[in-house]
Amino acid sequence: MKAVWKEKAIRLMLFASASTSILIVIGIFVFVGKEAGHFAIEPGLKELFGSKWIPVSFQKESFGLLPLITGSLLVTALATILTIPFGVGAAVYISELARPAEREFLKPFIEILAGIPSVVIGFFGLVVLVPLIKSVFGLSTGLTALAGAVLLALMAIPTVVSISEDAIRSVPASYKAASLALGASKMQTIWKVTVPAALPGIVAAIMLGIGRVIGETMAVMMVTGNAAIITASPFDSVRTMTATIAAEMGEVAFGSIHYRALFCVGIVLLLTTFGLNIIAQKFLKKYRMG
Amino acid sequence: MNEKENKNAKQIFVLVTTLVITPMLISGCSRRDNSTGSEQKLITIKGSDTMVHLASSWAETFMMQNPDIEVSVTGGGSGTGIAALLNGTTDICAASRKIKDKELQLALEKNIHPHEIAVAKDGIAVVVHPNNPVKELTLEQLSKIFTDNSLRWSDVGGPDEEILVLSRESSSGTYVFFQEMVLKKQDYMQDAKLMPATSAIIQSVSTDKSAIGYVGLGYALAAKDKVKIISVKADDISPAVTPSEQTVKSGQYPIARPLFLYLNGEPQGTVKKFMDFCLSSAGQKVVTDTGYIAVQ
Repeated sequence: MKAVWKEKAIRLMLFASASTSILIVIGIFVFVGKEAGHFAIEPGLKELFGSKWIPVSFQKESFGLLPLITGSLLVTALATILTIPFGVGAAVYISELARPAEREFLKPFIEILAGIPSVVIGFFGLVVLVPLIKSVFGLSTGLTALAGAVLLALMAIPTVVSISEDAIRSVPASYKAASLALGASKMQTIWKVTVPAALPGIVAAIMLGIGRVIGETMAVMMVTGNAAIITASPFDSVRTMTATIAAEMGEVAFGSIHYRALFCVGIVLLLTTFGLNIIAQKFLKKYRMG
Repeated sequence: MNEKENKNAKQIFVLVTTLVITPMLISGCSRRDNSTGSEQKLITIKGSDTMVHLASSWAETFMMQNPDIEVSVTGGGSGTGIAALLNGTTDICAASRKIKDKELQLALEKNIHPHEIAVAKDGIAVVVHPNNPVKELTLEQLSKIFTDNSLRWSDVGGPDEEILVLSRESSSGTYVFFQEMVLKKQDYMQDAKLMPATSAIIQSVSTDKSAIGYVGLGYALAAKDKVKIISVKADDISPAVTPSEQTVKSGQYPIARPLFLYLNGEPQGTVKKFMDFCLSSAGQKVVTDTGYIAVQ
């Protein structure tokens, strides 16, 4: 009887530790939601749909999220466009074409890229990339959405490479053998058989990469200029949601409207990454089934 | 079947209990011990980025004289420091602006009584690229440059180029001070680039010919030839004044402000010892050495 109880106790303890992360996620949602909820009551959610973000003003403070959301979207979209060819290309090469020695060399190096602290990448961006973008495109300043997107692509590529490589490698050898036996060349096999078969995994990899990109803060804050304007040009300055929270959260008086507006930004950000992760999980499941 | 349901119910019970208890535990131990007794060995200073350099120089000298006391200094902006003071997570708050009424009200609600001590003065230098031909600007021109995005360098005596306006982030005390003092409380233009740190402004101004920005005088002087400091005229007829120790102290240079340390209530024990040091001649010498202007 005693032994049964012991076993049950251990089981419960393990279950509790397994559910900790769920608790934390719920806790974060509740806490952030609570503060954002205050904003919904006073001054009301309508305030968030404005087109100006001027949190500190002697005239009139405005808390329109539009410039921040479009800023995040622009940087993320550009970063995704840059990430996909490099990330998927590298994954195809490493998994299908590289000699074992090359793979041994390439993989760890790409993974090191993932380990560089984002503030270091940001500093590199500020000192090297920003002046470069300015002179290459003949702009008045290099502090642009493009600069942020390039840095973010650098950070997302390792994620995309390692997960897509995994997906490509887990395509059954019989598919490739069948394709080659039918007379297809190696390249034909890769692009017509292997990559399509691994596609759900690759899409999931890209989704997770985007998740990382949207949530990234420091590097973006250092190179995008942080002007809260609505623009679709990669050569304009943008202010992302993450940079706004990071830059302003320290300053606000606790419980003020500005403080609560920042939590609203947080909720939007949280829901976006949450949604992306769910979609990525769906795709990952699909390719594991297949 | 029944046993399985039972198990599920139990798991849900555990989940709910943990959900309820964990936040209680966390909130129970988050309060910081606020003792300011003489046995206190660690002083924390938090706040203005402008004052980080000054505060850490004070801390260094003070710790040399009092090896058994440790002083830790962090930045983050004046607002961050005041918020920390209000939440009881710092002993001393360094602020490059006066505490706002709103903050004072919040403090009193939390039973905290901010005690203000002016410890130094700081000039805000307007900086441009060294090759920019513009040497002096009036306060009115500066205000236009930072609020009107159609203004070009040719409008203020420079080449026909766009002006790249760099500002600090809105969490900075310098941002608010510059807005109040130079912009006459108008909003910054939406295109102004908000830089996360003073060093980022210096870096950008030193590489960008069309840039203009503002930084604490100490930083501008430390950057030497990397940037050019603009002389400022209070109005059209006044003489242009270059920021320096004399001109800030005498009040001739118009963009200057006091720097404060805030405490919770009157200083006591170790904190008092530290405050006395800051205002002593040795402490004020540190002020001058780090590029600020002494008050004593």
